Amino acid sequence: MTGIVVVGGGQAGASLVAKLREVGYSGRLTLICGERVPPYQRPPLSKAYLKGDMDRERLFLRPESFYASQDIDLRLGDWVTEIDPAARLLKVGGETLAYSQLALTTGSVPRRLPALIGGSLGGVYVIRGLADIDAMAPEFVAGRRLLIVGGGYIGLEAAAVAASLGLEVTLIEAAPRILQRVAAPETSDYFRALHAAHGVRLLEGTSLDRLLGSGTVRAAALSDGRELETDFVLVGVGVSPATGLAEAAGLAIDNGIRTDEQGRTSDPAIWAAGDCASFPHKGTRIRLESVGHAIDHAECVAANMIGVDRAYIATPWFWSDQYDVKLQIAGLNTGYDRVVERSGESLSTSIWYYKGDQLLAVDAVNDPRAYMVAKRIIEAGHTVDPQLVQDPDTDLRHLLAIAAAPDTSAAAS
Amino acid sequence: MVAITYIEHNGTRHTVDVVVGKTVMEGARDNGIPGIEADCGGAFACSTCHVYVDPAWVDLLPAKEAMEEDMLDFAYEPDPVRSRLTCQVKVTDGLKGLVVQMPEKQI
Ligand SMILES: Cc1cc2nc3c(=O)[nH]c(=O)nc-3n(C[C@H](O)[C@H](O)[C@H](O)COP(=O)(O)OP(=O)(O)OC[C@H]3O[C@@H](n4cnc5c(N)ncnc54)[C@H](O)[C@@H]3O)c2cc1C
Ligand code: FES
Repeated sequence: MTGIVVVGGGQAGASLVAKLREVGYSGRLTLICGERVPPYQRPPLSKAYLKGDMDRERLFLRPESFYASQDIDLRLGDWVTEIDPAARLLKVGGETLAYSQLALTTGSVPRRLPALIGGSLGGVYVIRGLADIDAMAPEFVAGRRLLIVGGGYIGLEAAAVAASLGLEVTLIEAAPRILQRVAAPETSDYFRALHAAHGVRLLEGTSLDRLLGSGTVRAAALSDGRELETDFVLVGVGVSPATGLAEAAGLAIDNGIRTDEQGRTSDPAIWAAGDCASFPHKGTRIRLESVGHAIDHAECVAANMIGVDRAYIATPWFWSDQYDVKLQIAGLNTGYDRVVERSGESLSTSIWYYKGDQLLAVDAVNDPRAYMVAKRIIEAGHTVDPQLVQDPDTDLRHLLAIAAAPDTSAAAS
Repeated sequence: MVAITYIEHNGTRHTVDVVVGKTVMEGARDNGIPGIEADCGGAFACSTCHVYVDPAWVDLLPAKEAMEEDMLDFAYEPDPVRSRLTCQVKVTDGLKGLVVQMPEKQI
């Protein structure tokens, strides 16, 4: 019996193999990790680990001994270079391996700056893997100048760490505002003010023309004509799904490896989960880049690989830590047409996204109660009157109690 | 090392040795004990590491921060006295023999 092989030992891969054992799969099980370390969590890479507040070993999702104890063959530092779906074979480190079923949990690859504009100069880093962080760590010395390209969550988290460590930080964002792709202006405003208060220089509506330097980066030429001197650069301009292997094997690609509701790719013996996979969601097809999704998707696929036949229903959530502020996001705000803000005590607030009467998502800043309540309302498919949400006198418990399915009769009349 | 007993909702007991300095959540995760999901990996962002602390131990644990109180408020069937988020409880020598019980589910 050839058994199940999982390619990519990240958040999804680790959850998938653990779940397979939990649901009773007792055949051969192999987890192939391109990186030389056991599967680890990435969120601390732009937060506590980058700051030096967290030991490396703490990043590991499970101790290495866990995999042996579950009879999982953990192969570290091995890259799968080719899949032959017709023969159910794959190539890994010069060896050929047979599989009965295969799961792809290959994650994402960070977008880099083209070499033509200085992207391959020394001192230019991306923020994706442990090795990236370990390589940039010596640069984080108080007083040095850092340029961050990209004002998404990861870039902003890195800015917060660097500013807290006493670096002189400039962040440029090509869009008119930071977080434009993922959040409402109210959320952008909150984080702009937070970073300004910590001395980070935020240049929105400003893009990078090129990085300058010979060998190592020395300065950046910006779209507004200015030349900014810098000691090093972090590039946080998003990721692309890691689809290369799947594409070469002839699997259907559609904003990621295309999977059906159960997580199966266009080949019946091959499955995909996590960052690398797109899946049907409420009549459209989406791809999510988050820990919660990687775990849930992988666990659903594990069950389906042993024949459970369950459709995956995504319940998106996310968080971000910047300085002493914790942002928690429930739901997906895609398609929102208005927001209401509910201000809490001191620095806490929450932004509630609606489409018509339907609550879609909430950004809760230092307000875990708002996050928990919103998450429960959204996951139940319920909604709640925005007027009441906005009123600080409305108790959150009351919101949870009165939340109900949206009234469709009004739309019909 | 400190012995900690985790009791699943169905009554199954797991007594394991946990290194001082780790969290009670990490003790369960590293030993593959079901019932503590810890989706956010201890980032204090998910509340899926909720347990009920054995009554005898409640007062021996460091007090909850406001943030932990708030997250527990809307966890699955929280107990105002016994509920804790295990990623916020560091293992110390004083916790030798700690007993915690998992809720029916984590949300
Ligand atoms: C800095 C940073 C901060 C983040 N912060 C948050 C956060 O706060 N909250 C949140 O919810 N999410 C966060 N995320 C996103 C989250 O970490 C990802 O969504 C999650 O890791 C996805 O899991 P995955 O298993 O799909 O992919 P990954 O964790 O990327 O794992 C994929 C693995 O597959 C390996 N691989 C790929 N191809 C091959 C091959 N051919 N052969 C062998 N191995 C291969 C890769 O090396 C990698 O180790 C963050 C991500 C980053 C980078
Ligand atoms: S593990 Fe997420 S809050 Fe404790």
